[in-house]
Amino acid sequence: MAINKIYSDCESAVADIFDGAAIMVGGFGSFGGLPINLIVALARQGAKNLTVIANQGGVGFELSKRIKPGGYEDIGALYATGQVRKFIGSVPALGGMPPTSPLETSHREGKVEIEMVPQGTLAERIRAGAGGLGGFYTATGVGTPVEIGKEKKVINGKEYLLELPLTADFALIKAHKSDTAGNLVYRGTARCFNPVMAMAARTTIVEVDEIVGMGDLDPEAVVTPHLFVSRVVEVKK
Amino acid sequence: MKVRLDEQTIALRVAREFKDGMVINLGYGMPGLCANLIPEERTIYFHAENGVLGYGALGGDAEKDYELINASDQPVTHMPGMCFFDSAASFDMIRGGHIDLVVLGAYQVSQQGDLANWGRPGRPATGMGGGMDLAAGCKQVFVMMLHTTKDGAQRIVKECSFPLTAKSCVNRIFTDVAVIDVTQKGLLLKEVAPDWTAEEVQALTEAPLLIADDLKEIEL
Repeated sequence: MAINKIYSDCESAVADIFDGAAIMVGGFGSFGGLPINLIVALARQGAKNLTVIANQGGVGFELSKRIKPGGYEDIGALYATGQVRKFIGSVPALGGMPPTSPLETSHREGKVEIEMVPQGTLAERIRAGAGGLGGFYTATGVGTPVEIGKEKKVINGKEYLLELPLTADFALIKAHKSDTAGNLVYRGTARCFNPVMAMAARTTIVEVDEIVGMGDLDPEAVVTPHLFVSRVVEVKK
Repeated sequence: MKVRLDEQTIALRVAREFKDGMVINLGYGMPGLCANLIPEERTIYFHAENGVLGYGALGGDAEKDYELINASDQPVTHMPGMCFFDSAASFDMIRGGHIDLVVLGAYQVSQQGDLANWGRPGRPATGMGGGMDLAAGCKQVFVMMLHTTKDGAQRIVKECSFPLTAKSCVNRIFTDVAVIDVTQKGLLLKEVAPDWTAEEVQALTEAPLLIADDLKEIEL
């Protein structure tokens, strides 16, 4: 008997996220691949002192109105509730927007620590964590503030920085379809950080547009194999 | 007051450099305009950090699909042969030198080609996104920017005062008044906007400019 990974709603899927947990949140920017229903459920669930690992800090509902009429929720919802102690990512705030996003405001008020990581280094640190590696050397960040405190090594005459792996207690992921085992396929640029993060957490929780039966996904097209996936929730568009 | 080029015109000038078959990444903001300015006879494969190669022009409102966007969160359009991949593979392409050219915005560029394009005083939370990987990994780095700030401060400088994106990475700078190459000997002024002189461009530029023997007006 296979383990049942199907959850009926986002609230039950995030119910056991605990205070102090490290959480990877998929997606890229404000939309397109963001597991927004799981994010909103986590904001309601209320776990505190979270470390969030995500590409962007989001703009939050108020600033989002400048991007899309009527506004929308994004990952900014988590900082607005004061649940987050630390953010690790490449774009905590957007330079082209006013300095009033929930994360930038919380950071200015000293409530959230930020670890700024170049985007490619972020993806690779997560992949290293997922794959059980101890780290890697990259030329990205040499000669910039990113190199501060890091081991440098010259390889074939070029300078590199040592970057260390990232893992998490939970990953919140958005995929297009899952079968009942948790094999995942994605849609368009909504793939982005989702597949690497799905592999790097102890518990991976996935929001999908549609759950299909076993055998309904083309095995050649599966991007995330089911062993990485713990829970799946269908959220109809 | 001399007329400066508008953003669309700078983008047109940048797009003239795009050669048939090139793989090109367009950075956040102004560089995105270039995607809509490709002559029909040329095939350009646009790459975006969020995991797409071969996307088409920026989409109109009616076509908005937020699962087909560029790295600036702007909806783009389908093209035959377009493909998707995850962020890790996307940055393998970038760091591994598989991208022919990136066009980035900038706050400052130094005479050595150092780039500062992500942090500025008073905004400690703005991030570098994929800029550091792109600047360090792409075969060529172009900068597209306004020559001075709105307040008239110089942005092509001797040394960057803002935090760096990467050292000695910029190959060519396109602004609203000039096209400038970064060379071993220093910054080489190649083109000026219509009716501008080299002296007038130098007056807006902190770093010293060498003048190309074949200095000419920017042509589109």
